[in-house]
Amino acid sequence: MIHSLFLINSSGDIFLEKHWKSVVSRSVCDYFFEAQERATEAENVPPVIPTPHHYLLSVYRHKIFFVAVIQTEVPPLFVIEFLHRVVDTFQDYFGVCSEPVIKDNVVVVYEVLEEMLDNGFPLATESNILKELIKPPTILRTVVNTITGSTNVGDQLPTGQLSVVPWRRTGVKYTNNEAYFDVIEEIDAIIDKSGSTITAEIQGVIDACVKLTGMPDLTLSFMNPRLLDDVSFHPCVRFKRWESERILSFIPPDGNFRLLSYHVSAQNLVAIPVYVKHNISFRDSSSLGRFEITVGPKQTMGKTIEGVTVTSQMPKGVLNMSLTPSQGTHTFDPVTKMLSWDVGKINPQKPPNLKGTMSLQAGASKPDENPTINLQFKIQQLAISGLKVNRLDMYGEKYKPFKGIKYMTKAGKFQVRT
Amino acid sequence: MSSNSFSYNEQSGGGEATELGQEATSTISPSGAFGLFSSDLKKNEDLKQMLESNKDSAKLDAMKRIVGMIAKGKNASELFPAVVKNVASKNIEIKKLVYVYLVRYAEEQQDLALLSISTFQRALKDPNQLIRASALRVLSSIRVPIIVPIMMLAIKEASADLSPYVRKNAAHAIQKLYSLDPEQKEMLIEVIEKLLKDKSTLVAGSVVMAFEEVCPDRIDLIHKNYRKLCNLLVDVEEWGQVVIIHMLTRYARTQFVSPWKEGDELEDNEKNFYESDDDQKEKTDKRKKPYTMDPDHRLLIRNTKPLLQSRNAAVVMAVAQLYWHISPKSEAGIISKSLVRLLRSNREVQYIVLQNIATMSIQRKGMFEPYLKSFYVRSTDPTMIKTLKLEILTNLANEANISTLLREFQTYVKSQDKQFAAATIQTIGRCATNIVEVTDTCLNGLVCLLSNRDEIVVAESVVVIKKLLQMQPVQHGEIIKHMAKLLDSITVPVARASILWLIGENCERVPKIAPDVLRKMAKSFTSEDDLVKLQILNLGAKLYLTNSKQTKLLTQYILNLGKYDQNYDIRDRTRFIRQLIVPNEKSGALSKYAKKIFLAQKPAPLLESPFKDRDHFQLGTLSHTLNIKATGYLELSNWPEVAPDPSVRNVEVIELAKEWTPAGKAKQENSAKKFYSESEEEEDSSDSSSDSESESGSESGEEGDSNEDSSEDSSSEQDSESGRESGLENKRTAKRNSKAKGKSGSEDEEKENEKSKTSDSSNAESSSIEDSSSDSESESESESESESRKVTQEKEKKTKQGRTPLTKDVSLLDLDDFNPVSTPVALPIPALSPSLMADLEGLNLSTSSSVISVSTPVFVPTKTHVLLHRMSGKGLAAHYFFPRQPCIFGDKMVSIQITLNNTTDQKIENIHIGEKKLPIGLKMHVFNPIDSLEPEGSITVSMGIDFCDSTQTASFQLCTKDDCFSVNIQPPVGELLLPVAMSEKDFKKEQACLSALHLLSKPR
Repeated sequence: MIHSLFLINSSGDIFLEKHWKSVVSRSVCDYFFEAQERATEAENVPPVIPTPHHYLLSVYRHKIFFVAVIQTEVPPLFVIEFLHRVVDTFQDYFGVCSEPVIKDNVVVVYEVLEEMLDNGFPLATESNILKELIKPPTILRTVVNTITGSTNVGDQLPTGQLSVVPWRRTGVKYTNNEAYFDVIEEIDAIIDKSGSTITAEIQGVIDACVKLTGMPDLTLSFMNPRLLDDVSFHPCVRFKRWESERILSFIPPDGNFRLLSYHVSAQNLVAIPVYVKHNISFRDSSSLGRFEITVGPKQTMGKTIEGVTVTSQMPKGVLNMSLTPSQGTHTFDPVTKMLSWDVGKINPQKPPNLKGTMSLQAGASKPDENPTINLQFKIQQLAISGLKVNRLDMYGEKYKPFKGIKYMTKAGKFQVRT
Repeated sequence: MSSNSFSYNEQSGGGEATELGQEATSTISPSGAFGLFSSDLKKNEDLKQMLESNKDSAKLDAMKRIVGMIAKGKNASELFPAVVKNVASKNIEIKKLVYVYLVRYAEEQQDLALLSISTFQRALKDPNQLIRASALRVLSSIRVPIIVPIMMLAIKEASADLSPYVRKNAAHAIQKLYSLDPEQKEMLIEVIEKLLKDKSTLVAGSVVMAFEEVCPDRIDLIHKNYRKLCNLLVDVEEWGQVVIIHMLTRYARTQFVSPWKEGDELEDNEKNFYESDDDQKEKTDKRKKPYTMDPDHRLLIRNTKPLLQSRNAAVVMAVAQLYWHISPKSEAGIISKSLVRLLRSNREVQYIVLQNIATMSIQRKGMFEPYLKSFYVRSTDPTMIKTLKLEILTNLANEANISTLLREFQTYVKSQDKQFAAATIQTIGRCATNIVEVTDTCLNGLVCLLSNRDEIVVAESVVVIKKLLQMQPVQHGEIIKHMAKLLDSITVPVARASILWLIGENCERVPKIAPDVLRKMAKSFTSEDDLVKLQILNLGAKLYLTNSKQTKLLTQYILNLGKYDQNYDIRDRTRFIRQLIVPNEKSGALSKYAKKIFLAQKPAPLLESPFKDRDHFQLGTLSHTLNIKATGYLELSNWPEVAPDPSVRNVEVIELAKEWTPAGKAKQENSAKKFYSESEEEEDSSDSSSDSESESGSESGEEGDSNEDSSEDSSSEQDSESGRESGLENKRTAKRNSKAKGKSGSEDEEKENEKSKTSDSSNAESSSIEDSSSDSESESESESESESRKVTQEKEKKTKQGRTPLTKDVSLLDLDDFNPVSTPVALPIPALSPSLMADLEGLNLSTSSSVISVSTPVFVPTKTHVLLHRMSGKGLAAHYFFPRQPCIFGDKMVSIQITLNNTTDQKIENIHIGEKKLPIGLKMHVFNPIDSLEPEGSITVSMGIDFCDSTQTASFQLCTKDDCFSVNIQPPVGELLLPVAMSEKDFKKEQACLSALHLLSKPR
C-alpha cells in the first residue's frame, strides 16, 4: 500500500523520508513540486498526483506537506485518512506538529512511523497503543533519560494490541479519578447581504478527557438524543446500544479522545446568535470608500458572546484603511489585504463597531464584490442546538469518579456576505 | 531526547558540507561514496567506535544519529557491519533502531544481512507472542532473495501460531514475500487459504489485504469464508474494514444477480414497505416476485450499515461505494447523509468525497437533493473544492431549485476568485441548457455579464452565450449586435473567436454588421491569435458566399494574408477555403455545394459534466479520482445473468457455529443460537473488562433484569443488522429471542415481572434499574457510596427471598419439575406487594398452560477464560469454560470445566481448591484434588457452581502443595440460562404480562 512518506516544508525541502518497502528515490517529489508551483497556493495543490510509476497522495497540515508514495490502486481516502492520523499522532506526542519539533524528535518520529505501518499496511494507529510502545518525550523523561540512560521505548511489551479493547491500556491507575466531557458545537452559516440566513447547520463534537482507573464502563445519555441527525463514533462506542436506546455505552480510551461527532441538520432552524450590520461602499469616482461594521448579539439565551474576531479579505484595490473601533484592536495588512478586528466580548448595551474609510488605488475601477466577512466567536455554557447530557454512569469499577460536563458554542465557518 | 539530538547537531555541524555531498551521491554504490569523501569516513569512524563500545548509551547515541541520517535521506550503508553486530542487543531501543536500519539497508548489503538471520530465527521460537511477531516482521522485511525459503517456512509456521497477533503478522509477511519472489505464489495461496479460515478479527483485515495483493482472482477462496467475513466485519480494525469491504463489493458483483432489475423503482418501493414489516412476511411476499435477494447478499448490505457511522472517512466511503454498487437503488439513499458529514473534514477528504458525490449525483440526483445547501460555496474554500461543489450544484439543479441556485450563482460570479467566477458562468450555461424554463433568464443574465469589468468573466460569458445561441434556433439579433460591439474592447482570443464564429453563422440575420466586422478584422488580422485568425477566415468565407458583393475583395485580401501566415494550420485553411469558395476551372463539383458546406446546420454542443465518464470506475478508488486506470485496478464485473450456485457459501453447521464464535457478535438465524451468541458477546467483553461491563455489569444485581436486558440487546442487534426494520420487527425478534432464551421461561419471566411491577409501583429501592442508576449517579459521592452498599445488601436479600422457594426443587435445567413448582413460587414471598402477587399468579397460570420445551444447546462456545495465568500461578495455568451441559453435581449448578496446565519443568503436586469466599447463597462443588501434574501436562476437571442465578463472582483459592492462588469465576449472564423453544402464541402471552417492563425499555 503505502510505499514511502516524505515530509516537505513550505520552502520545498524534504526534511524527512521513510520507506516501508524498497526505497523510492526522493526525486519522485519533483512531480509534487511541479504541481505545487502550478497551484500557486499551498491549499490548491491537488491531493492526488499521478506520476509515471507512482501516485503521490498528500495532505497539507501545519505548513507541512505529508506526501505518501503509492504504486498500486488503493482507496485514496485510506491513505489520506492515514496521513491525517499520522499528523494527529505527532500532535499527540509532541504537543505541536511542526518542522523543528519533528527534526528534534526524529528518532521518536521514526520509531512511531515504524510501528504505524507494516509493509505499507496500518498496524497500530491507536495512540494509546503507540504510547505504550514508544513513550512520548517529556521534559522530565528527557532529564531522567540523560541521567539514568534509560530509554523512551517501553520496556514492557504492549498488551493493548491483543485485547478486545485495543484503544485502552491495561493497568491504568489514577489517584483522582475524573471524567470530563466537552460538548462543543460549531455553527456553519452563510448569511446574505440582507442578514437572512442562506444556510446554517450545527456540527458538534463531544471531546472527552477520561482519567479513570481500571476498566470502567461508562454510559452517557442525553435528554434529547433525537436532535442528533447524523453521528459518528469513536470505535469504543457500542453501536447497538445507540441504535436501540440512544445511549452511548463505552469503555473509554485513556486520556483525551473524541467520543462522538454529530450533525444537527439544516432542516432544524438554527438560532444564529449574532448579527452583523455592515455598510461598505466603494465609489467609482473617488479614491475613498466607506467602511462600517457593527456586531451585536441576537439569540444568545442570556449568555455572553466572547472571543469575537472579525476577519475580511479586502479586494485588491484597497490600499489602506483608516478605521476606529469602539472596542478591541484591529489590523490591516496592506500586502495580503487582510483586515482583522479582535473584538473580544460583546456588550449587548453597546454593540461594538468599526468605522472609517478605505483608500483605494487611484484610477482603478471599483471592485464588483464587497468583501465577505468571516466571524469567530465563542459562547460558554451553551450548546446552541439545545443538546443536553442527561447523566453519566459508570459500571465495572468500585470508586466514584469525579464527573464534569462543559458546553460551548463556537462559530465554525461563519460567513457574512456583504 | 532533545538533548541527544542537540548533541548530534553540534557534532554534525562541521560535517554539513560533506553531508550535502553525500546526499547527491546516495544512489551511487556505498563504496564509491566511501572513497570519495574522506572526511565522511572520519565522521562515520567515530560512529563505528561508538557502536563498538561496551556502553549501551554510546551505542544508542550512535544509532540515533544513524537513524537521523536515514531520515534525512543520507547514506549510512557503510556502517552496516558495525550496526548489524548489535542486532542481538539486550537493550530494546537499540534493538529497534537496528531493525530500522537493517530493513532499510539489507537489500544493499545482502551478504552481511545474512548475519542477522539467525537472531530472528531464534526469536521466532520465543514464548512471547510479541517477540515472535516482531521477529517475523523484520525477517520478512529484509528483502534478500536468498532467505526466501526461510521466510516461507517462518510464514507457514506463524500462520499456525496460537496467537492471532502472530498470525496477523504472517498475513503481512505473505505480501512481502510475494513482492520479493512471485514464484512462491502457489505456496502463499495455500497459506492465505488457511488464514482466511481464521476466526480472529485481528487477522481478517490483513489476510484479505494479502489476498487482494497475491491472488485477487481466486474468488473461490472467499466462498466458504464469506459469511464469516460479513459477520466479523464490525469488529475488524478500521483499516481492515476498508480492504474487506472493497473485496466483498467485487465478490458480490460476481456472485449475486442484480437487484436493479427493470421496474426497479416500483419493486423497490414495495420492498421498502415490506421491510418495515417483519422478516417472515417479507420473505413470503417476495417469493412471489421474480427477483429475490440472496440472503447472503442481504447479509452483506445489512452488516455494513453500522459502519457508516465510523469516524474513519475511508470506512464510510467504502461502505458508500458498496451501497452504490451492490444494494438495491432504493436503499442507497442512506449513504448520502454520511457522505455529507464527511464534508466537514479536511480539505483532502472533502476533495475525494466531493468527486465521488459528483459522479453519484449525475446518475441519481434525488440522493443528494435534500443536502443541496451543504454544497454552497464559501469564500474561504480552496478553488478545487469550489469547482467541485459547483459541479455538484449543477448536477442537482432542477426546475424546483433553479431559482435559488441562480441567485446563489450570482454571488459566485462576483467572487474575487476569477477562475471560480468563470467556472460559475459555465455552470449557468449548463443549467440553461438542461432546464428549459430558465434558458432565457440565464441568457439575459449572461448578457448582463458582458458588461462586466473583468475580462475573464466577459470572455467566459461570450463563450457560453455562443453555445447557448447555437442551441436555440430562435433569433437573437440583439445579442449578436451587442457582442459585435464587444469585439472592440475584448482581447481574450477564445472570446473573440466565439464572437466571430457567431456572426459568421448568423451573417444573414445581421447583414449590416457582419461585413463591417470583417473589415475591422481584416485590418487587425496579422496581430490576432491563431484561433481568431481561423475564425476570421471562416467568417470571410461565409460572407463571401452570402454577400459576395460587399465582401469579395475583403475576403480575398484576408485569404492573401492567410496564405503567407507563419502558422501551418492557417495556410492550410486558407488554401482549402480558397479552393472551395472561389470558383475557378480547377475546382470541381465541390464548390457548388460550398454554401451548404459552410452554412450547414451544426449540431449544438452538449454541455456535459466532466464527471460523466467516470462512472465506469468503482467509486472510492484511485482510478476514479484520477479518471485513469491505475496500476493494479481491479475491474468491477457486471452482475451475472444467473447467480452462481449459492450453496458454495454454505458451511457445515458445526463449523459455522465455531467460526462465528470469536467474533463475539455473531448473528445467527437460529434463535437458539442467536441467544447464545449474544451471551458469548457478553462473555467476551466482560472478559476484557475484567469483571463487568454495562450490559452484564449493571445487571449483575439481579438476573431477571439482566434477562430482559439481554433480550433487549439482541433485539437491538437484530435491528442494527437488518437495516431498516422498525419497531414491529424489533418486537418480533425480541420475542423470538426470549422464546428461545431463558430456561423454561416462566421463572425468568416472573423475575422480570416482579421487576416491572416494582418499578411500576415506583419503589426506587427495589427496582434494579433505578438502583444501578442511583448507585452510580454519584451526585453526592459519599452518601451514595454507603447507599450503594445498602442497596446491594438489600438486593442480595431480595434475591435470596425470591430464590428460597425456588431452590426447593426447581433447577435451571430440570424441566419436568418446572410446572408444579411455578405456582408456589410467588406466594410465600412476603416482600411483594399484593398487587404484584396477583400479577404473578396470573403469570403462573399462563405459563403453566403453555407448552415449553428445552432446546439443547446447538452451539457450545469453545472460548475459554483464564482462571489463573501461568505467570501469576508460578507455572500453573488454569482456564475454564462453560460446557453448557447439565451439571452432574446438582441441578442448580452451572457446570464448569477447568483445564489445568503445568508449564514449569517440575511436577506440581496436590492441586486442590482451598478456602472459598463465596457471596451469600452461592454454592460450589469442588473437583477432587489432583495428586500430581507432570511438566507440560494438562488435566481437565469439572466442577459446579450454583451462582444463585446472579452474576456474582465466585472467589476461591486454587492451591498446590506449596502455594495458594486466589482466583475467581464470574459467569456471563448467558451461561446461567437454558434455551427454550416456545410457540409464538405462548410467547405473546408471556410478553403481554411484561407490558410495563416492555414499555420501559422499548427501543426509541
